[in-house]
Amino acid sequence: MAHKILIVDDEPNIVISLEFLMKKEGFEVAVANDGEEALAKVAAFNPDLLLLDVMMPKKSGFEVCEALRADPSRAGLLILMLTAKGRDTEVAKGLAIGADAYVTKPFSTKELVAKVKDMLGVA
Amino acid sequence: MLAGWFVALLSAAYLALLFAVARFGDARADGGRSIISANVYALSLAVYCTSWTFFGSVGRATSGGLSFLTIYLGPTLMLLCVTVIVKMIRISKAYRITSIADFIASRYGKSQLLAGMVTVIAVIGVVPYIALQLKAVAASLDVLFEQSGHAVFFWGLDSTFLIALVLALFTILFGTRHLDATERHEGMVAAVAFESVVKLVAFMAVGLFVTYGMFGGLSDLFGKAMASPELGRLLQHDQARAGTWTSLIVLSGLAIILLPRQFQIIVVENVDESHLKRAVWMFPLYLLLINIFVLPLAIGGLLHFSGQGVNPDTFVLTLPLARGAEALALLAFIGGLSAATGMVIVETIALSTMVCNDLAMPLLLRSRWLQAARRQDLSGLLIGIRRAAIVLILLLGYIYFRAAGEAYALVGIGLISFSAVAQFAPVLFGGMYWKQATHAGATAGLLAGFAVWLYTLLLPSFAKSGWIGSGFVEQGLFGIEWLRAQALFGLSGMDEISHCLWWSMLANIACYVVVSLNSTPDAMEASQAERFVDILRHGRRDADARLWRGKTSLGAVVELLERFLGANRAHQQLAIYAAGRGYADWQTLPADAEFVHFAETELAGAIGSASARVMVSSVVQEEDLGLEEVLDILDEATQVRAYSRELEAKQRELEAATAELRAANERLRELDRMKDDFISTVTHELRTPLTSIRALSEMLHEDPRTELTDRKRFLGIIVNEAERLTRLINQILDMAKLESGRAEWTTGDVDIGEVVRESMDSLGQLFREKGVLLAGDFPEHGPVVQADRDRLMQVMINLLSNAVKFVPGDGGRVRVDVGCQGGLVRVVVSDNGPGLTAEECSVIFEKFRQGGNTLTDKPKGTGLGLPISRQIVEYFGGNLWAESRPGEGACFIFTVPLPAPEK
Amino acid sequence: MKRASPTRQRLAALGLLGIPLLTYPLIALPEGTLLGIPASYVYLFGVWAGLIALAALVAERKGK
Repeated sequence: MAHKILIVDDEPNIVISLEFLMKKEGFEVAVANDGEEALAKVAAFNPDLLLLDVMMPKKSGFEVCEALRADPSRAGLLILMLTAKGRDTEVAKGLAIGADAYVTKPFSTKELVAKVKDMLGVA
Repeated sequence: MLAGWFVALLSAAYLALLFAVARFGDARADGGRSIISANVYALSLAVYCTSWTFFGSVGRATSGGLSFLTIYLGPTLMLLCVTVIVKMIRISKAYRITSIADFIASRYGKSQLLAGMVTVIAVIGVVPYIALQLKAVAASLDVLFEQSGHAVFFWGLDSTFLIALVLALFTILFGTRHLDATERHEGMVAAVAFESVVKLVAFMAVGLFVTYGMFGGLSDLFGKAMASPELGRLLQHDQARAGTWTSLIVLSGLAIILLPRQFQIIVVENVDESHLKRAVWMFPLYLLLINIFVLPLAIGGLLHFSGQGVNPDTFVLTLPLARGAEALALLAFIGGLSAATGMVIVETIALSTMVCNDLAMPLLLRSRWLQAARRQDLSGLLIGIRRAAIVLILLLGYIYFRAAGEAYALVGIGLISFSAVAQFAPVLFGGMYWKQATHAGATAGLLAGFAVWLYTLLLPSFAKSGWIGSGFVEQGLFGIEWLRAQALFGLSGMDEISHCLWWSMLANIACYVVVSLNSTPDAMEASQAERFVDILRHGRRDADARLWRGKTSLGAVVELLERFLGANRAHQQLAIYAAGRGYADWQTLPADAEFVHFAETELAGAIGSASARVMVSSVVQEEDLGLEEVLDILDEATQVRAYSRELEAKQRELEAATAELRAANERLRELDRMKDDFISTVTHELRTPLTSIRALSEMLHEDPRTELTDRKRFLGIIVNEAERLTRLINQILDMAKLESGRAEWTTGDVDIGEVVRESMDSLGQLFREKGVLLAGDFPEHGPVVQADRDRLMQVMINLLSNAVKFVPGDGGRVRVDVGCQGGLVRVVVSDNGPGLTAEECSVIFEKFRQGGNTLTDKPKGTGLGLPISRQIVEYFGGNLWAESRPGEGACFIFTVPLPAPEK
Repeated sequence: MKRASPTRQRLAALGLLGIPLLTYPLIALPEGTLLGIPASYVYLFGVWAGLIALAALVAERKGK
């Protein structure tokens, strides 16, 4: 059974590229455009991994991450945060509140795919 | 019927009661539980209210109307100068001042001459005042006995002499009971406070009786008075007496401090500075209460005894007697006796101290007899001298009474005394605040003022009673017209008191100031001046000790103390002092400068500062400090103070500078943070399009088999994002240029109408594509402003493209209006889009903050258009802002100023 | 130089205020009668009592 990935970003073009990339690798993909939608989609779609942008309207990626980590039933959910803000403090903050990995934009598609597979334990 | 023996018995009983109160007060003081509270202190000040107040005020009111009040308004105002009085108390406590003579002499270099002069002036000046008390008691006795049909002669002596004798005895028992001369007289103060209550109660009782018992209340009395032209005059102020009114206020204001008994009570007997705070209102309240019924009594008396020739000074007694109220008359008599005894006791104690310390001691210290009896304990002698002085002063009062008393009403006599003690004012107050004032100046001022007083007031009072010839009053001295005693240099039209006050103060102050300025103080004067004027500063002790240099032995100084204080008292004080300096036994004390200073201060408390100085120098080999040296030491002290003040100021400056630095640093950090935020935001904005471009191109590059439709779609996105990136970079550069002031401007005449039309034309296609209606109302040409055409165009296009972005396609409307208003061109771009909240209206002008966060679609744009537009408009002196409410469309308005009209 | 305390300054100010109020020409202004009592009498005692009341208020105020 294919792993399920939820893509959360407010930039439509980035969503298009990520969606295409992940589908090509054989993952089942769903999309959310802001933080609130992301939380709703997590409940409905029940993904294994979240590609989560930080700067988003309504709820930032940090807030989404915190909310998910506060929910024990979602303990196994993997979270990979994406940010265009390259500061070290952002990275540290993301990891501190419970993200499993952190990738800065613009990313290398190969590296991103490798990281996602590694996290999911897919060879 | 009032029997003589009964009145005598009652008086004796009353005096015994007073004595008991005093004993009680002394006993409590000895036991360390002082009964002098703020209230007792305030009441004791009412020793100011003598027979003059009790009997004389009514008499005065029968002729002068309300003018009797000045004597009580002056002290009310004077007491409010608490700062001056506190300074006086501090000085007196620090240097063990015992009297006003001591105070003045001590200030001007501990001068025996000055102390003696002040004493002589005080005695001569106050004797009439004491005579006044004798006269009042005698008169009140006469009234009582005349009514009861007795003659008043005992062993061929008149009653006044007897009264003087009794009062002298009583005062001796009272004030010099202690062998110890340095203590305060707490018992006396308590008795005086008690007397104050008695006289107030007595006077109020008579006032109430007459006003409400004999007449129908205040309005009835005043109504009857106004019906008679003669009495009605009393109720009106006479503008012609304005000068007298003011002089009397000044005079009584000075007297409340300068009369020897007032100085004694206010300054010497003060146990706690904070008591003044009570006195400052309670004493004036006392004065007000005791004066309320004065005028009603005067009117009542004049109405009742109309044409019977009753002395108005006795109305307080005669009115109750006329109604047969003998008990009340007796109460009034006791009240009057209270007023008189209180005054006589305190005044003679104060004067006897002055006479003993400042007249007798200097003479004795020079006499050979005293040298021979060196080893003798002199404290007994001191008490003896004081007792003799008391008797002498009362005797003088009696003589004055016989000589001049009959010619004057009570108040007239009192005012002569007030004028005499007023002569102390310049040297006393001057000395407290003016360092340059010298001994020579003080002597000259006092002599001049006293001479004028003698010539214009005291001698004429003798002349009036026929004791000396009155030629100098009527024709002038040696027949010289302008030397007439009460119209000096032709100054007439004033009453005698104002005349005397004016000339004596002129002479006094002029001599004091001129001589002071033209004389050099010696070392002692200079150091005393410094100590008095700067008493409120800290750290005096240090300089006090350093101002003395010499050699002595402990034994010699101790012997001196034993002689004048008595052995017991001396050893007691020595033990206290030794303990204060940390020595277990006073016999091990070093005979250093500080010890000598202590001894001199102790001695000053017993024999006055001038005599103390002489005695101390007799047992000490002193090295004379020259004036130069003293001034150097004082200067040094002043310099140290100045230096420490400078240091304090420096420290404050440093602290302020540090605070400023901290604030600047904080601002810099804030700027740094903002810059950091800005860069981080810019980075984010640049990386976002880059992310799509990179991801999509990588995918295309790695997988050549991507379907054609996807390929086309991806390439389209890449092109768009690349455009966005370019736009963004351009705007960031533009913004940076504007902000740093490096932007290039080509300013010239710009026709706003043209700019608006061209921008609308250039965006016409965009509007049509989206189906948005673009309309405008503006003139073909004008108005013309000074600006950069391209930049204004940039603003216009930015506003229009914003508008088209937010209005709904099909049905959207955008409208442009141009108008002139108050020297400004006003361009309004309004749309029917979703509108903005008030918060958004301001937020959208911040960099990278776009409107429409609530929309699902992320708006296209960089978030820099509006901030750049605002910068441009502001550069030309205009404004750009948004007005909107959610759901009602938005209005973007900018203004540019019109050029000033040419002349 | 140590400055005079606020209380003392207020009292001194009160004294200064009292001088014009209790001398000519102000005291000659009130005319006629008030409840049968001459206005000049009421004025003098009234101002005097007012000064005393204010002084009491200032001097007895708690604190300092």
